[in-house]
Amino acid sequence: MTVTPPQGTPALTTLAPVIDLERVTKVYRTGSLSVAALRGVSLTIEEGEYVAIIGPSGSGKSTLMHILGCLDVPSAGRYHLAGDDVSHMSETALAEVRNRRIGFVFQQFNLLPSMTAWQNVELPLAYAGVSRSERKARAVEALGRVGLAGRIHHRPGELSGGQQQRVAVARALVTEPDLILADEPTGNLDSGSAADVMRLMGELHDAGRTLVLITHDAEVASAAGRVVGIRDGLLSERDESHLESQSIR
Amino acid sequence: MSWLETLRTGVNGVRSHRLRSSLTVLGILIGIAGVIIAVGLGEGASGQVTSEINALGSNVLTITPGSSTSSSGIRQALGSASTLTMADVSALSSPVDAPDVKAVAPITSQTEVLTAGSETATTSVQGTTPNWLSVRGRTLAEGRFIDSQDLQDHAAVAVLGATTASELFTRGDPVGQSVDVNGTPVTVVGVLTSSGASSSSSSTSDPDDTLIIPITTGAERIFGGTSRNSVSSIAVQARSSADLTGAYQEADHLLLELHGITNPTEADFTITSEQSLIAANTSVDHTLTILLGGIAAISLIVGGIGVMNIMLVSVTERIREIGLRKALGATPRVIRRQFLVEASVLGVIGGILGVAAGMLGVIYLPGLIGDPISTSPTAAVGALAIALAIGVLFGVYPASRAAALAPIDALRSE
Repeated sequence: MTVTPPQGTPALTTLAPVIDLERVTKVYRTGSLSVAALRGVSLTIEEGEYVAIIGPSGSGKSTLMHILGCLDVPSAGRYHLAGDDVSHMSETALAEVRNRRIGFVFQQFNLLPSMTAWQNVELPLAYAGVSRSERKARAVEALGRVGLAGRIHHRPGELSGGQQQRVAVARALVTEPDLILADEPTGNLDSGSAADVMRLMGELHDAGRTLVLITHDAEVASAAGRVVGIRDGLLSERDESHLESQSIR
Repeated sequence: MSWLETLRTGVNGVRSHRLRSSLTVLGILIGIAGVIIAVGLGEGASGQVTSEINALGSNVLTITPGSSTSSSGIRQALGSASTLTMADVSALSSPVDAPDVKAVAPITSQTEVLTAGSETATTSVQGTTPNWLSVRGRTLAEGRFIDSQDLQDHAAVAVLGATTASELFTRGDPVGQSVDVNGTPVTVVGVLTSSGASSSSSSTSDPDDTLIIPITTGAERIFGGTSRNSVSSIAVQARSSADLTGAYQEADHLLLELHGITNPTEADFTITSEQSLIAANTSVDHTLTILLGGIAAISLIVGGIGVMNIMLVSVTERIREIGLRKALGATPRVIRRQFLVEASVLGVIGGILGVAAGMLGVIYLPGLIGDPISTSPTAAVGALAIALAIGVLFGVYPASRAAALAPIDALRSE
């Protein structure tokens, strides 16, 4: 596995794995009915890895993505993100973790339509309290990295689907996060744009980024160096070399 | 995120939903403009009445014949034979018997037709004494007032009110001209300054539409009638407003004694204080202001509910945006602030436009409705503060709802 720390990442994070899930369960309760979406998941992802989590709908992969992305907290178990236990953090503390450590790429791009490309990209920096001038410079730089240097003043409505998703990738990159979490990033794209975005992901991996890709598409998953299957709330490692990450309750 | 950033985001949010934002702003605008115009109308009306009453003289008691306490009804059929006489006037003028009284002016009055050349006017002709000018607190625009010599001579002289003067003498100087009062010619010796109370719509008679003659001239030559000694009313000026009560008691006591009445409830005269009129009118106008203000306040609350409604719609509609912002690191506090600031921006814009619309109303409405509206900077500043408060107050609930949204629920919604 390649352990090449990306530029700007604190040295501390090289000591601990980026993701360390330990028997994580998630149970949703609606009235008297309780549904276990995750039934004891353990997973370790080291820095610089490119991991695909593949599973059909209803397998619990969205729940896993929410927990990995600190959008939700586990019902039981431990989750260390870059060494910090985030399983019992407050809403406000989690917001800060998401802001500093995680970059999201969503299926629906989730760009704000009233803002230009660079304004969308600088948004996480605004929440991090970065000054205006620095924000714009970093946003423009990130858009350059995804090949959209000439589109910084365009609004999402004036961009193609593939370009919008690249803006979203730039937004995920701009904070130099420990983890980039992509949820079906090609789900809303034609095959050409999808290939574009997947190439971009590959480039990010080559640059030393830690990437987690959640998908139902085996072809998309094949781009990753390591594939983890999820079914009925349980993980199964497809790559034999990572069998130790598997957990059976 | 700093407040400035939040403000920028809030203004952006307002701008990206122009139609919806403008409708919300309109609701607040109407409420604020309503408050300013209502308060202005109320204050304007009370200012007008107060100045009218002040024009009559505020240290003055007016004694009129007839009893206000009697229920027989007979004594109140006045006019035919006034119970007040010149003897009463001289008694009230005594510094010994009525030390708190500064001056006394008897008034006999009757409505007569005046003719000057080809112009005619119907006005209230008042016979009185030289004291009238100071008792009523009036001044002369030109010429002189009637003097004691005129009184002694039963002189055929008259002083015109400003309105009457302009009606009878459209051109030229009235002083020195002759006016026919009910067939008797009198010479105009002076014109009164306008009392300043423009009361075309008021129920009180216009103090500028009058003709003043010496009381003796009136009794002798113009009014005729049965009793030359009777007067229509007596104006009594106290030394100061503090002495008004004393003057009232002295006048009451003197007249009861002169008229031989032992039981005060059977008095054949009524003493009115102008201050009681002011108090009554002020309280009426106060009620009016509260009523109008209340209606305006209700429309403000409706505007506020509009803000809340729109913000709630906005939270629901922008649930994905909220989810995204949270995913990108916005804390609940930042989200709450963003929506609070948006609501406040709506409130403040509505407030500023409302103050502007209210000011336009204050400037142009008096021309249309004929009532004065006073401008009050306090009301304008207050209205702005209220608009901001409404934005914040009615924004709190939607903002808290937005802040409380779980990021996954917000992101999941389609």
